[in-house]
Amino acid sequence: MADRNGFFDLSKTALTRRTALKGLAAGAGLAVAPGFVRYAQAQSSAPIKIGFQSHRTGIGAAYGRWYEKTTAAAVKAINAAGGINGRQVEVIIEDDGTDPGRGAEVVGKFATQHKTDIVFGTLFSHVVIGSAPAAGEAKIPYFVVSEGHHVASTKLNRYVFQPGITDVKSQIQAMAPWIAGNVGKKVTMIFPDFAFGYDHRDYLPPALKAQGADVIAQIAIPPTESSFTKYFPQIPAETEVLYHVMVGPAVLTFVKELGEFYGSNRPQLFGFIDSLEATDINSPGLEFLDGSHFWEGSPRYAQPDDSAAQKAYRAAVGIDDNGAAVGDPKDVSTAAHMFGCWETLYVVKKAMEDAGYKGPEDRAKLVEATEALTEFAEGPEHPQGPKTFNGKIHQCFGIQNISKVEGGKLKVVHKTKIEDGLYEAEGDYTTQAL
Amino acid sequence: MSEASPARAYASHLGVMALLFVLSFLLPEYYHGLLARIMVLAVFAMGYNILFGYVGLLSLGHAMFFGAGLYGAGLAVIQLGWSVPSAFLGGIGCGAVLALAIGLLALRTTGVAFMIVTMMFAQVFYLVILYFATWTGGDQGMVVPQPARVLTFGATALDLTNPTVRYMTALALFSLVLLITLAIVRSRYGRVLVAIRENEERTKMLGYDTFSNKLAAVVVSGAICAASGAAYALLFGYVGSSFASVQYSILPLLWVLLGGAATTLGPLIGTLFMYYVIDITSGYTSAYLLIVGIALILLVLFFPKGILGSIRQRWLGWLP
Repeated sequence: MADRNGFFDLSKTALTRRTALKGLAAGAGLAVAPGFVRYAQAQSSAPIKIGFQSHRTGIGAAYGRWYEKTTAAAVKAINAAGGINGRQVEVIIEDDGTDPGRGAEVVGKFATQHKTDIVFGTLFSHVVIGSAPAAGEAKIPYFVVSEGHHVASTKLNRYVFQPGITDVKSQIQAMAPWIAGNVGKKVTMIFPDFAFGYDHRDYLPPALKAQGADVIAQIAIPPTESSFTKYFPQIPAETEVLYHVMVGPAVLTFVKELGEFYGSNRPQLFGFIDSLEATDINSPGLEFLDGSHFWEGSPRYAQPDDSAAQKAYRAAVGIDDNGAAVGDPKDVSTAAHMFGCWETLYVVKKAMEDAGYKGPEDRAKLVEATEALTEFAEGPEHPQGPKTFNGKIHQCFGIQNISKVEGGKLKVVHKTKIEDGLYEAEGDYTTQAL
Repeated sequence: MSEASPARAYASHLGVMALLFVLSFLLPEYYHGLLARIMVLAVFAMGYNILFGYVGLLSLGHAMFFGAGLYGAGLAVIQLGWSVPSAFLGGIGCGAVLALAIGLLALRTTGVAFMIVTMMFAQVFYLVILYFATWTGGDQGMVVPQPARVLTFGATALDLTNPTVRYMTALALFSLVLLITLAIVRSRYGRVLVAIRENEERTKMLGYDTFSNKLAAVVVSGAICAASGAAYALLFGYVGSSFASVQYSILPLLWVLLGGAATTLGPLIGTLFMYYVIDITSGYTSAYLLIVGIALILLVLFFPKGILGSIRQRWLGWLP
């Protein structure tokens, strides 16, 4: 080429050692560039990775299975509607064995090996508490669906959230007025002698007291117990309401023995459906529960006044009108809790969109965006009902259902209001450093 | 078993420590964190090995010593506001005192009775944790707050929640306990322990007070297990009753059997092996414990003395 004034005119520049080195560096940069381009592209189109800490084995396995089904249904719906920030959502599952030690390792695995954007989905309280330090240290947002008061107690850390299900303290406080007003004012509590029971032991008496009712006896049953008859004589004769929150496989024996003890002349019964999640209410021995009342987070049985969103949610998750898997009536779901997975994922979606979340470098922004949320309207994303969210304590508040066992089904007879379950914040996570 | 020269024995152990040190810079992030945890739990297994491997006493209650260290250190920080070094020493102290008390009672029995008595004491310890849930957090457990997990040396503050600091702290503890174990098993005292394991009556006839020696072994074993528990609480920030449950009494037994009882490095190898089998297989099936069980059966069939025990028997007779 003869164009000496053009771009290719090299005659005016001497090729010094420095320029040669610059050239080499630029060349090396170009050689690496395709990788960089791929990476940049991956940032915008690679899926959002959600680490699902699942109780696949151990005591929480029945819950874990239904939590997985609900999560899969929610992710399918989110992806079908375009994903989060235009990116598809991918769920990576690790089994924590319902064990806090393994739980912490699994959180570490998500953060450092799978490099997920968040960790999600834990139910059992001891696993949440055992895993929370690992999440805080790895600075990975940890969205639990646990129902325990541990998140709202502000004893964990700024990276732990519970935005999709209410906590036990709120549930008890919301239901106490109805119990005192409709079932009876002299209450005897029977609860398992471990943490889940202690939440009830500690929060029910003051909540009832405020309504002019009293807990007249508290009977704690050791978790190793398999027969309960010997505890029943401790129930005071003047008891009007027997409040029971037994959990685990022994619950069938508990109800059967209670039936044998009282016969047809029993006090009113009020229980938490936690005892009977994934258990058919029509199982032999449970006839004694007919006419009794239960708390339900979300109703197991389809109700006549179900919203369109509730119907769509049930269809998406694959449960029939009796709350069992479509096509397998014996596979009863954990309907009262698992909706929390669905709703939590939509909260994550909203917070990620608000934060303009692009990848793990935006995790702190995601925490702040979640804390900035205040309410979730009832609808396809929140089929259980409307909720408010307190960003200081990382906990949502919502409605509770009280259902009566009638003709082998649970019929919702009362829905509490959000305000019924509100309480004073016990701390403020937002003061902690990110 | 042929006798290794002190230089050879110590050199091999220093080599393992050096390898673990180098691995800190080579391992991917996840395995780096996992190995820190494994080293702390290998200390638990080493404590167990003192009693099981060298004295021949099979305890099914060592979770209580791990738990004593875990709660001793954890509660000292959470409830009393102690500093990390004081809490760590407090945890070891709790384990040693508990081991002394349990040893005085349990060593009146032998064989199967010793297993049952230790298991019962551990169960009592576990239930006591649940009973005093107001202070211990019961079955939910408690978090050791992140700001409290800082080791201060004058003007220098080491954040134990930092992965590198945590790894190096775990390595320091592991190395110290490994050298202590090696020194014990090579000492006159260590030989007396092995003599008790091989023939207690004959050892008595030779004029040794076997009860005192066994009691000292229980206390050393308990204190080492408690050191592991205390380190776990301070390094990983969680104190919970599941670590005092029967499962955590059986785990060190499995780790030691796998790695090789009465080998100083066997506990590390056993813990490492079991962790990796669980970590890898759980990615493929929820029936991973079945695979762990099959692996254990195969090991017992083909390596009855554990991995390192079999290697020592066949090839490296000098291994301590």
